[in-house]
Amino acid sequence: MKLSGWGRYPEISSQSVKASKVRDIQSAVRQALTDNNDLFIARGLGRSYGDSSLSTNTLLTEQLDQFLNFDESTGIVHCASGVSLTDILNVFIPRGWFLPVTPGTQFVTVGGAIASDVHGKNHHLDGSFSDHIINLRICVATGDIVKCSPTENRELFLATCGGMGLTGTIVSARFKLIPIESAFIEETTWKTDNLAETIALFEEHQNATYSVAWIDCLTKGKNLGRSLLMLGEHAKQQDDTDNFKLAKPSKLTIPLDMPSNLLNSFTVKSFNTLYYNRVREKETQRLAHYAPFFYPLDSIKNWNRLYGKNGFTQYQFVLPQAAGYEGMAKVLNKIVDSKRGSFLAVLKAFGKGNENYLSFPMKGYTLAIDFKIDQTLFAFLDELDQIVLDYGGRLYLAKDARMTEATFKQSYPQWEQFQAVRQQYGSDKVFNSLQSKRLGL
Amino acid sequence: MEKNILIIGATSAIAQATIRLYAEQKNNLYLLGRNREQLASIASDAKVRGANQARFQAFDVNQFDSHEAIINSVFKHFDTLDIVLIAHGTLPDQEACQQSTQVMLQEFNTNAISTISLLTLLANHFEAQKKGSIAVITSVAGDRGRQSNYVYGAAKGMVSIFLQGLRNRLSPANVQVLDIKPGFVDTPMTADFKKGALWAKPEQIAKAIVKGIDRNKDTLYTPFFWADIMFIIRNIPEWIFKRLKL
Repeated sequence: MKLSGWGRYPEISSQSVKASKVRDIQSAVRQALTDNNDLFIARGLGRSYGDSSLSTNTLLTEQLDQFLNFDESTGIVHCASGVSLTDILNVFIPRGWFLPVTPGTQFVTVGGAIASDVHGKNHHLDGSFSDHIINLRICVATGDIVKCSPTENRELFLATCGGMGLTGTIVSARFKLIPIESAFIEETTWKTDNLAETIALFEEHQNATYSVAWIDCLTKGKNLGRSLLMLGEHAKQQDDTDNFKLAKPSKLTIPLDMPSNLLNSFTVKSFNTLYYNRVREKETQRLAHYAPFFYPLDSIKNWNRLYGKNGFTQYQFVLPQAAGYEGMAKVLNKIVDSKRGSFLAVLKAFGKGNENYLSFPMKGYTLAIDFKIDQTLFAFLDELDQIVLDYGGRLYLAKDARMTEATFKQSYPQWEQFQAVRQQYGSDKVFNSLQSKRLGL
Repeated sequence: MEKNILIIGATSAIAQATIRLYAEQKNNLYLLGRNREQLASIASDAKVRGANQARFQAFDVNQFDSHEAIINSVFKHFDTLDIVLIAHGTLPDQEACQQSTQVMLQEFNTNAISTISLLTLLANHFEAQKKGSIAVITSVAGDRGRQSNYVYGAAKGMVSIFLQGLRNRLSPANVQVLDIKPGFVDTPMTADFKKGALWAKPEQIAKAIVKGIDRNKDTLYTPFFWADIMFIIRNIPEWIFKRLKL
């Protein structure tokens, strides 16, 4: 069958097998090992943007979606790797629990969240998803299940979290949910005039639980980087509402590919202006439901079709704190000048990174922006890569479809330790994706 | 009030999806199936999702002499049952059934005789308790014999006719007898088929089953459009039908 990531580029033919029990994973992995097949990778809900979940053979884990245990007194949940974040929210919000970290879509599996070591709007305080993992079980190349945690088989744990499925296939994980009184978020939105003001506000509000900025990447000059900065806190119990109201499944969908010229600099500019001006006051407050607050795009199914049949790539990079305003302004200026900028981009202040070998976050600022793919895009992105590298930054593997091996190896200095762990467990003999081959792993 | 629900063939994909819905409603579940390990995993999942109880017991429907003991043990645990869902089944290899009476008879045992045997025992309990719902998954294939899978069709059709009689008998006792006739469903049982527009997900079928039981229906074609498709299939004159490649 034809497979692609969320960006719909690249697309490849892949032999897929579905796993609904742990044994299915073990037998698929053993089969790959006996066949000397080193192009085998697990795939959850296919929300990584590029080629991380693509290989000649893919193991689909979506049906490995059983909960194994939940401890009501501690909030510790143990579940199979194919359980989706949607499932966790639907089961546990009504009982007063929420995810410790959530990315911008709820349509990812727990296995995928660990493999990409996803981060959320609370990274500056709470770290990334794997920082909340107590332990996990992974099927390694021999087909055996190995347990690992920050203390048990530590190297395997550090390589697996953020390891893009390249150490083995995660089977289950245990992690701690956080207690909430309500499914609503007290949201404060700040309207800023430019990047400097946005960054100053992030600094000023570094104790806010959640923070993120939607940034207009088509305006330049004194309004370069004008944003809507949103802060959020879990709301206290409300008297007059359904406190633990769940999100309704979305009915809106983009049923087919949009013409690829639908999103051009005129339509996007109009959209960005309207979006920015949606908020009139400098500072506004409202009570927002968790779904629109955390997952604004989940309300439109297949929104990836908006970019037309050639697909798109999401360029997400991080610059270390030292790069400061200057580094971010330099990249942003280049994007604005190129007029390639798309819908509002997302800017976020990261806290300290963790010790995982390939995890993306580091103390500093990250910007994510979608680019429609055309013939000249990749040459342009190579130029952006150079600026990012010059400032000591890097790109997010879960979004990447095109960076070079040299860029990767320079910006992820622990790649050799990562590779050593893979070799120790024989993972390199089985688990490889289009991405890992491209990056020279 | 939580309901007491027995699921036979609990490891089937449609049963698993239905179990999740009943678990969310905090019911008491009793799961029977062949694979103990898988039952244990389904039961823990049901508990986390909210089931008040999720008991399970490994059981092979083709061990006919164990039927009475197993049904008795269920009624020992629950005084009365609100719902029983029978969901076990296999998809026979029609070609193999044509070549071997042994294979053919085995398929009838799994898909018809075992179900009828269990229903015989369950019916008496339901008749005595004067309430509850008996729901059985048959198939649209049971509506008319076709050359491509008439062994499966005949077995499912046998169960459907048995259910009609049972419904007639248990109607005065206020017991619902629901015949669930799914069309094409994307499950491990049909893993080898190429899937087209008519194919449904087990989750859709499960929702329809729960609704069908709630609404006290007699027969449920699911997804709904199969009622129309099968109406046409049933009404094609035999002299034409026999020449079709179906």
